[in-house]
Amino acid sequence: MYAYDELDRTLINERVSEFRDQVKRRLSGELTEDEFKMLRLQNGVYLQLHAYMFRVAIPYGTLSSKQLRRLAHVARRYDRGYGHFTTRQNIQYNWIKLADLPDALADLAEVGIHAMQTSGNNTRNVTSDQWAGVAPGEIEDPRIWSELLRQYTTLHPEFSFLPRKFKFAITASEHDRAAIKVHDIGLRLLKNADGETGFEVLVGGGLGRTPFIGKTIKPFVHGRDLLSYVEAILRVYNQYGRRDNIYKARIKILVHELGIEKFAKEVDEEWKLMGDSALTLDNSVVEEVRSRFSYPAYEKLPHMPDELKQAAHDPLFERWRKNSVTPHKVQGYSIVTLSLKPVGGPPGDATADQMDAIADLADKYSFGEIRVGHEQNLALPHVAKRDLPALWKALDRIGVATPNVNLVTDIIACPGLDYCSLANARSIPIAQELTRRFSNHDTASLIGRLHINISGCINACGHHHVGHIGILGVEKNNEEYYQITIGGRADENAEVGTLIGPAVPYAEVADVIEDIVEAYLALRDRPEELFVDTVKRLGVEPFKERVYATR
Amino acid sequence: MRLVKQGRIATDIFLHVADGAELPEDGAILIPAARFLENAETLSQRADKIGVIWPNNRDLDDLVPYLDRVVVVALVFPSFRDGRAYSQARLLRERYGFKGELRATGQVLRDQFVFMLRAGFDAFEVKKDADADAFAETVKRYTVFYQPTGDGRVTALNRRMQLRHSESASQ
Amino acid sequence: MTSPLEQKKIKITGPSMVTANRTWDGIVIYRTADQGWSAELADAAIVRTSDEARALLTEAIADDVGAIGAYIAPVEIQDSGKIAPGNLREQIRSEGLTIELPVPA
Repeated sequence: MYAYDELDRTLINERVSEFRDQVKRRLSGELTEDEFKMLRLQNGVYLQLHAYMFRVAIPYGTLSSKQLRRLAHVARRYDRGYGHFTTRQNIQYNWIKLADLPDALADLAEVGIHAMQTSGNNTRNVTSDQWAGVAPGEIEDPRIWSELLRQYTTLHPEFSFLPRKFKFAITASEHDRAAIKVHDIGLRLLKNADGETGFEVLVGGGLGRTPFIGKTIKPFVHGRDLLSYVEAILRVYNQYGRRDNIYKARIKILVHELGIEKFAKEVDEEWKLMGDSALTLDNSVVEEVRSRFSYPAYEKLPHMPDELKQAAHDPLFERWRKNSVTPHKVQGYSIVTLSLKPVGGPPGDATADQMDAIADLADKYSFGEIRVGHEQNLALPHVAKRDLPALWKALDRIGVATPNVNLVTDIIACPGLDYCSLANARSIPIAQELTRRFSNHDTASLIGRLHINISGCINACGHHHVGHIGILGVEKNNEEYYQITIGGRADENAEVGTLIGPAVPYAEVADVIEDIVEAYLALRDRPEELFVDTVKRLGVEPFKERVYATR
Repeated sequence: MRLVKQGRIATDIFLHVADGAELPEDGAILIPAARFLENAETLSQRADKIGVIWPNNRDLDDLVPYLDRVVVVALVFPSFRDGRAYSQARLLRERYGFKGELRATGQVLRDQFVFMLRAGFDAFEVKKDADADAFAETVKRYTVFYQPTGDGRVTALNRRMQLRHSESASQ
Repeated sequence: MTSPLEQKKIKITGPSMVTANRTWDGIVIYRTADQGWSAELADAAIVRTSDEARALLTEAIADDVGAIGAYIAPVEIQDSGKIAPGNLREQIRSEGLTIELPVPA
């Protein structure tokens, strides 16, 4: 956990009082909506179909139990008793009143939570691997660098009015759980030959209307130069990013139009001119930030405690353990994923009561720490293996032990037309129907790892492009239709999915997905071949045939 | 529109000369970049003060040779959403060492003051009078800053490091 | 269900109303015939020509303090005279989500 000091706290409080003043001026008419819109967006406040939506940052996906309880409190006091975890390690509330927002922000500020730059044309919440600091084999904890970037990007005097939004993601593991290749800047932590920390820097990834996989702009930037290099990229983007067309304003378009070599050259020239910058991170500075991350005092525990041996006789426990429990870097401990994808439920939602209960369980079993992942699930990062059986029972009681992590029903979905003013079609009911179709665990298990991602419009908040199966809502003659893509992925081998054919109406989506899955089961060359690998091997044709032959 | 300079409401001594308008014989003038560059050598020899209005999409390289001869550079915010002039301001101050008046013009609103000050602006053509009147109060909103810029404000990281040093020195 | 944000040219093909969200709390509101707002679709002023629609929208947008994001949306006038939402978006705005909320209201 990162502990805020007096300076961090002061800054958040200053931001809250500034926003309180902005809301006051808006309600009195001193600020027009045109002027206020940008200011509210800079604080995570959108207007949706039914009300304002309030997006709160969970930097690099780390929360304390105290913070999670406060998120529950906001849900209860200012909203309708629940919140929605997003694909970018944020939580959203859907029913908040503008007049209440300053108080909600003040309540959050007390526990070091803010909503700064969770929307608007600025640098957004810096995201990272939800298993940072606990994943076996990780090079080092990427959250130190995430926090340095968080501070660097917060209220940046030069880059708060960029051509468009700008997203960072960092990973320090071989297997990328942070989707760095579909971010404006993706950072992969590495060590050079001298054992010094640095980053492979990727730029120009992104989804939306024009999806691009990020390209490597520099294979190694030394850690001490991270901020100055990032500043050079942002400065080039701020100057040359397109502002004439909102759909062409992201850095991915600039990189695409210039070409990565030319873009890299511009950045390098700027970087050289910056010279020995005040942004250079001395070791002592990095260590200062590192020192404010605390780690649990782990016990020396056996790899296979008796409690676990006994519980292994319970097939339901075993089913959950095999699905939702993953190895920890410390012997005797595990990382436990909490599925927010119950059968028939809206993906990523948690009620205030669930949040409070999870906070209590985190205190009891996970050193008071909770993680939020981009797949819209939560995790308890430090659970002693001996506690797994008791934890499982407690999680099951509150409905977050569905053993479907990474399976076909672990669906990523945006809020869609039920909430969102940009959406063309609904996402949540599609996800709900799919979870019902595949509710049989044995079937889901047989299918294996399969990510379905659903977006209700081309803005792609549900990351449909990089779903193994992607579902995109479109509108045709006032009816909801859905385009299906297959073969996308968001990990280290990130790829954009391929459209299989004409869009299908709302009522047929679940049937089509079932057809695709059945085709895969028949086509895979062995049970271990994942859906996405079968698509890679065979292309989309056999799936297309299966889906459209009878339609 | 009110001009705020050095934190106070000030009278603008500069005549804004539009494109095509006749140049006055004497007196301080602020003229558009293109017009200035057409005749830069002559103009920068004028007895009275001269400033230039620099668009946010024009390369600063063209201006750099004249920086010691202009007393004002006015950078433009065609919309408050367009942040290009923040980069130009920092470059003028921090890279090219411009010491004259750096003026923000266009859609200059209260909620940008702190960003603008940090980027190096010291004069503001403020769109709304109420915003100009609130200048002093508004710029006191923040006392903590995460980024080093040329404005000399000490960053949070530096304050922490100083604190560490004084702690270890007193032990 | 073209996003209202993309509503540029005003051309209506059937009975329509003007809707927005109330500034201080964000709830859905409808422009009424007496130049006010109501939370009930039944109170909405109905326009039938593009000129009427433009006039109603212009007048609604003028209330920048009270409402945000005003736009024109279709309605269906039922045989009983009841005003019903003219598309799925407006149905959802008027009647609520098509799914159950995680916490019943």
